[in-house]
Amino acid sequence: MKLKHFLNLEWKQYFRSSYWQKSMALNILLVFFALYFVVMFLIVGVAIYPILKDQFPDQDPLFIVNSYIFYWIIVDVLMRFFFQKLPVMSVKPLLTLPVKRSKVVNYVLGKSAFSFFNFLPMFAIIPFGIMLLINDYPTVSVLVWVLTILCITLIINFLNFILESFSAETELSFLPVIAISGGLFALNYFNIISFTDLVAQAVNGVYNNPVLLLVPILILIALYVVNFKMLRKKLFLDSSLKSNVKEVNSSNLEWTRKFGDSAPFMQLDLRLIWRNKRPRSSVFILIIGLLYGLFFYPNPTYSEMPWIFGFVGIFVTGIFLINFGQFVPAWDSGYYKMLMSQNIQYKQYLKSKFNLMAFSVVVMLVLSIPYVYFGWNILLAHVAAAIYNIGVNTHVILLGGSFNRKKIDLNQRAAFNYQGTGAVQWLIGLPLMLLPLVIFGVSYWLTNFEIACLILALIGVVGIVFHQKLMKLIVDKYLASKYKMIDAFSQDS
Amino acid sequence: MIVTSNLSKSYGSKSVLNIADLNIPKGQSFGLVGNNGAGKTTYFSLLLDLIQPTTGYIKNNNIKVNESEDWKPFTSAFIDESFLIGYLTPEEYFYFIGELRGQNKADVDALVAQFEDFFHGEILNQKKYLRDLSKGNQKKAGIVAALIGNPEVIILDEPFANLDPTTQIRLKAIVKNLAEKQGITVLISSHDLLHVTDVCERIVVLEKGEVVKDLVTSEATLKELEAHFSGSETV
Repeated sequence: MKLKHFLNLEWKQYFRSSYWQKSMALNILLVFFALYFVVMFLIVGVAIYPILKDQFPDQDPLFIVNSYIFYWIIVDVLMRFFFQKLPVMSVKPLLTLPVKRSKVVNYVLGKSAFSFFNFLPMFAIIPFGIMLLINDYPTVSVLVWVLTILCITLIINFLNFILESFSAETELSFLPVIAISGGLFALNYFNIISFTDLVAQAVNGVYNNPVLLLVPILILIALYVVNFKMLRKKLFLDSSLKSNVKEVNSSNLEWTRKFGDSAPFMQLDLRLIWRNKRPRSSVFILIIGLLYGLFFYPNPTYSEMPWIFGFVGIFVTGIFLINFGQFVPAWDSGYYKMLMSQNIQYKQYLKSKFNLMAFSVVVMLVLSIPYVYFGWNILLAHVAAAIYNIGVNTHVILLGGSFNRKKIDLNQRAAFNYQGTGAVQWLIGLPLMLLPLVIFGVSYWLTNFEIACLILALIGVVGIVFHQKLMKLIVDKYLASKYKMIDAFSQDS
Repeated sequence: MIVTSNLSKSYGSKSVLNIADLNIPKGQSFGLVGNNGAGKTTYFSLLLDLIQPTTGYIKNNNIKVNESEDWKPFTSAFIDESFLIGYLTPEEYFYFIGELRGQNKADVDALVAQFEDFFHGEILNQKKYLRDLSKGNQKKAGIVAALIGNPEVIILDEPFANLDPTTQIRLKAIVKNLAEKQGITVLISSHDLLHVTDVCERIVVLEKGEVVKDLVTSEATLKELEAHFSGSETV
């Protein structure tokens, strides 16, 4: 029985990975999240019937629920696209063993059907179904309805893998998916094509005529077959060995010479960012960070609360700093041993990271100037926040880096990849974001907006003045943990 | 040049290396052989200060490697692929290493040009990143990078593994030249007894972290090593 072996392998892979053993905290957090969602869904499942009955006494609660299925589908597809990944199995060792390829594929796909994402809706659907039965709905129809929803869940499940496999190649893969689901949503919202009604009618149709249940089942089977074919094709060794090698454009980045000693590292960092999937995405996140202000400033609720501007400023001008800086020095984990045996000084190495981050803050500040449209005080807050970022947060994040013990594989896909994330990254967020928020908020409350900006900026200036001293402190910290870092970075997670 | 004294490394209660005394004079080509787990890579890692010794020390040109970093300018190494930066092209990598070792582009170009036949046309001007090269070609790039910047001590861990026969022969010539003509201290570890006896003036056999043989290479050395390893394997 191969299934037993597969399950056994999985179990070992999971519990013997250093990731599991080292990040208990993250795992516990995830379990809590899962439990939280389960409970919420259960409550919704039980409570939705009486609530709907109470609010809309003249409508059938089941039909109301059906009319929302379209939104659920859209949200579910998006959520899965970002968070669910096709269960991976290291197949290379299996290829030469007497295991049928189709068996491996069936196993991987079958396993995905048991994903948490598929169980979660059931926690709401089944109680809701029971409520329907209690309220004298016909048993067969209710069962058919529950099965229909289950089918839709699985359809989304397999649809998602098709989407992912198409998008896995490129960086900004999430854009078309967001655009399409946004487009569908908009078509529906402006009543151009009412998908809500279409989906609701379809589900109602199945409810009234159980034979129609065949339709979702057929769709499900079709999607399964597509997935099966796609995966099977990938199951040949040459597809994993053959990497599409692109011609390299190399530029020699002479302008970095200005930075003196740290120039070689600047060049290295720039190439690191541009040539690897994951760090490159931190550049694209700049756009999101830049637009983050739009969430606050046009909103009258927030324009009444200027104390939050300091925080927004820190975020907008520091987005790259936070995103890139939190994984120093793990970005270089792949060749850290080499760096450590080379004729270099930590000081130059860290200085380059510092320059890069400080430079990004200035660029972000300049790019965020248009926010002045929403008021001069916003620009003022941004300037203060930028100075604070350069003076304080750069040092804080570099210092935090010396506690970094997690390797990063540069070639893995970027968005929502938590590799390399540990307690350090969560903890470092506190002083990085909350501290300036508190400083700014308290001084705003005690005095006024201008003074608060001034205080924030002054603290930043102090940091800049003591830059050399602080760097020395940080370098010592890195030196002290050198062996631990080398050891941690040379382990596979 | 390299003085090892009372050096030991243990993880918990398990001792992986224990060398009471080992001196490698300047300009010697030194070979380290031993089965898997004998401590070859551990010794090189200690020499490069990548791990901390449990007791004792290594002095490289009278500098204790775990206390000062002054040995770095005249020491270079290629241990494994983790010494390469995958997202650089070989040229960029050479320039980067050159820069760290105080060499300008022209110096690096001049040095690298000497190894054209060693590269066999597969490294330079390929417009490929190091991560896209084959294992053997990566190794070639790493070995040549270790020669940049006039080091006085060169450490190569398993340089012959993964190389094709032609390249192995060329590499032997390169290593001999380094030690004999240029007075560079070369430390090599290998599983290939034939190569290592060809190249090294002196061969030390490690077994379970201890030095069990210290031979000056002669006609009889290969036989002796073969006898040793075939004998110890039957135990």
